[in-house]
Amino acid sequence: MATTDTVVEHEVHDDKELWSGAKRPFKASYGKLMMWYFLLSDAFTFAGFLIAYGALRFSSPTWPVPDFVFKTHPFGDSELPLIFVTVMSFLLIISSVTMVRGVQEGARNNVKGVVFWMLLTILGGIGFLSCQAWEWTNLIATEHMTVTRNPFGTHLESGVYLNEDGSESDEVFEAGASYLIHKAGGHGHGDDHGGGHGEDAHGGDNHGDGHGTDSHESDATAPGDYKGHVVDAQGFLHRKYKVTDGPDAGMVKSESFGPKAFGALFFFITGFHGFHVFSGVVFLFIIMVNAASGLYVDRNNGHEMVEKIGLYWHFVDLVWVFVFLVFYLL
Amino acid sequence: MGHLSYEESIKKVYQGLILLGVVTLIEVGLSLFGKGYIVSGVEDYRAVIYIVGLGLIVLSLYKAYFIIYEFMHMRYEVKGLALSVLLPTLLLIWAIIAFFQEGDSWKDRRDQIQEKDAEPVDAQQGMLPDDVYRLDDLG
Repeated sequence: MATTDTVVEHEVHDDKELWSGAKRPFKASYGKLMMWYFLLSDAFTFAGFLIAYGALRFSSPTWPVPDFVFKTHPFGDSELPLIFVTVMSFLLIISSVTMVRGVQEGARNNVKGVVFWMLLTILGGIGFLSCQAWEWTNLIATEHMTVTRNPFGTHLESGVYLNEDGSESDEVFEAGASYLIHKAGGHGHGDDHGGGHGEDAHGGDNHGDGHGTDSHESDATAPGDYKGHVVDAQGFLHRKYKVTDGPDAGMVKSESFGPKAFGALFFFITGFHGFHVFSGVVFLFIIMVNAASGLYVDRNNGHEMVEKIGLYWHFVDLVWVFVFLVFYLL
Repeated sequence: MGHLSYEESIKKVYQGLILLGVVTLIEVGLSLFGKGYIVSGVEDYRAVIYIVGLGLIVLSLYKAYFIIYEFMHMRYEVKGLALSVLLPTLLLIWAIIAFFQEGDSWKDRRDQIQEKDAEPVDAQQGMLPDDVYRLDDLG
């Protein structure tokens, strides 16, 4: 009689008196169900951000083309569109898989396995954060994008760039071509091509040496209005061009900044996701240390804590699927 | 882990890794194709842009389904739990339609304002509407 009593008592104390109603709603533990509902609310937060991105992108006549903005990477000088973010995606996918392995070993109470796979998961998360740090540093320090300034513009009309003496160059572009506005006197100072890189600019990119090189022949880098370009008060060099089609054909214009919202949306949304990855890494570390100490073996619930942090970690991967879609692929 | 044996579920995890990796590579390839990197010139056709966009969205939703159902084990939970988490996200369908349409109308309004700004201003008329008579007109 005495033994049965203790068994019953033990079952009741397990899982907070079975939610005080002697029954587990949805046959799930309290912690796991609440993790699901937290993730649901977090999904709405991210959805709100991404829908704001979509609404502002729809409201703008132009939008920075992702394969033009995100083509830099730390592996060399050549430009490979989207390759770096694909590497970041793979880091998250792989760390998601190692997390599943950790949960599986936890269910078998294999402490060594749990710690090993969680350690790999943490390394994947740190790798992702490092990549993001490089991406942000490049955007902020090299390309001068901020929350309120977007130097990635798109031409609305076809046209031809002007030389420094105000005559037409052989650098023609079509409507929809992207450009990056550099700081005057900063980028590409070393190369001296003079003119003659029209083939670079044709149909699209004139990033890098296509851009800015011939502007640096003169020392016209102080703020002011020059024949071939305009330097604004912040020191950004806007090249001048002559429009060749549409109602404004024949007019001379200078490159304008791209839609302002792009910088704010990019930094806030990828930053909020990066913050989730960071806090995920912190919690993974704490739970890994607890698991190593044997704490979850004593709880005798198949390492449920590892399962819960696993849910959170997969959610971070899930959000990245959509951030990847709207920022980089579409 | 549900009904699967330990070895089976490990195999399934690595199959999932390959599946997600392949789908991601297809997505990147499709996106670059849509931008004209693989076959130049296709980016000028609106139909290509729409089909590529739709394909990317479908593939991403498939990845999301796979992560939730396999990696997060939603497949092995009680049906009520799955519904209580997944059904509320259907509200987002309304939000996406409403806000994207609103964004589109901001663009139309922006174009209208630019057209109005470009109209020549008649200094004589000032701010008065056409059917208002001024004293000096009446003599």
